[in-house]
Amino acid sequence: MSLPPTPAQTVGPFFGYALPFTGGGDIAEGPESITVHGLVLDGAGDPVPDALVEIWQADRDGSLTGAPGSLRHDQVTGEVIGRHGLDFTGFGRVPTDADGHWAVRTVAPGPHRPGATPYLAVAVFARGLLHHLHTRIYLPDHADALRADFPDTGADRLATLLATRERDRRYRFDIRLQGDRETIFVDLR
Amino acid sequence: MTTPPTTAPTQAEIDAAIVEADRTAPPDPHHPNRDYPPYRSSALRHPRQPLLPIVDPEAVELAGPVFGATDVSSLDSDLTLGLAGEPAGQRITVTGRVVDRSGRPVPRQLVEIWQANAAGRYAHDLDQHPAPLDPNFTGFGRCLTDDDGSYAFTTIRPGAYPWRNHVNAWRPAHIHFSLFGTAFTQRMVTQMYFPGDPLFRYDPVLRSVTDQAARDRLVARYDHDLSVAEWSLGFRWDIVLDGPISTLFEDR
Ligand SMILES: [Fe+2]
Repeated sequence: MSLPPTPAQTVGPFFGYALPFTGGGDIAEGPESITVHGLVLDGAGDPVPDALVEIWQADRDGSLTGAPGSLRHDQVTGEVIGRHGLDFTGFGRVPTDADGHWAVRTVAPGPHRPGATPYLAVAVFARGLLHHLHTRIYLPDHADALRADFPDTGADRLATLLATRERDRRYRFDIRLQGDRETIFVDLR
Repeated sequence: MTTPPTTAPTQAEIDAAIVEADRTAPPDPHHPNRDYPPYRSSALRHPRQPLLPIVDPEAVELAGPVFGATDVSSLDSDLTLGLAGEPAGQRITVTGRVVDRSGRPVPRQLVEIWQANAAGRYAHDLDQHPAPLDPNFTGFGRCLTDDDGSYAFTTIRPGAYPWRNHVNAWRPAHIHFSLFGTAFTQRMVTQMYFPGDPLFRYDPVLRSVTDQAARDRLVARYDHDLSVAEWSLGFRWDIVLDGPISTLFEDR
């Protein structure tokens, strides 16, 4: 049995009071944490100020179990107060700001199976984007493994999946929806 | 009132572009084509390179985030509660089931919605449509699906609203939905519409789904048995999430 799916529609311009939540970018904090940040850019190279970036990733030990509590609520006020920091939920969500910038604090994921190349899975939503896109963030330590995983894809293109190290524990990853150095978007089948 | 720039296309020009896009639509009609000229904002916001196909039964994306009781409050599924008074407009309940393409329910997953108020205005600074804000309407809600994949919200029927895609552009009334499946590949953001809306044919966002049968799957059904006497009108909208899931979850 294969049911026809419900079609996607754009997230539109007005998700900002509904989807972002307190601590959405604070996937993990502490001495082990890293910052991954960047811009979302359109085909003219202009920043996209109304995009939403979501991250799903394995824990440091490669676990993909996740945990509830990304949107932990205060039981008195009903407000989202954010995660308690003890469990690793593996999920982050941040809107771009007026400069098209986003940032998350997290841990470098471990291999999700023996020998696997670790990466952060990304979903991108935006006004003007009718169907969201998936991409991946590989940290620069795994550049060789990334090229080995995708031998049929040119190094220039694969470079769009590599974060660059700006300084210790801080990485830059721009998402280019179109144009020169357009990010590779993936289609899981 | 803000007048669109005079260079904005007319509805007739958009209608012609919709006909042209229907004619050249790719054969897979389930989802919108990201390159859809009648929705003008899509022009610079879609990739021109083909997506990179990946077949990997152990990919990270075949698992996904999980949510639980702490991720929703009991009031989150009722958009008419939590503020001082009753919102203006017609109270409705919207309910349905979230299933995967095999028909299996998606249990205990997060469903989020947001919408304009009864006058067609969002509680968002960038919505400057001169319609009244409603201090008694939150405009967004969340719930977890139950073990059977069912979700339910109480809200008010949203109004249609103008936007600046072209001259005299109006979005048909809709509720935005955000959904999670058992895998990140099934992540979905979409919009639910109300049956019989005369604006359907003019709207490039809905028409970006070029197949009529697929568009029909975005339209809720009025269900009289869901209506509550002296209280609310009931609409049913079932959701089928696309995308592969891990075979590890097949028997879950
Ligand atoms: Fe909307």
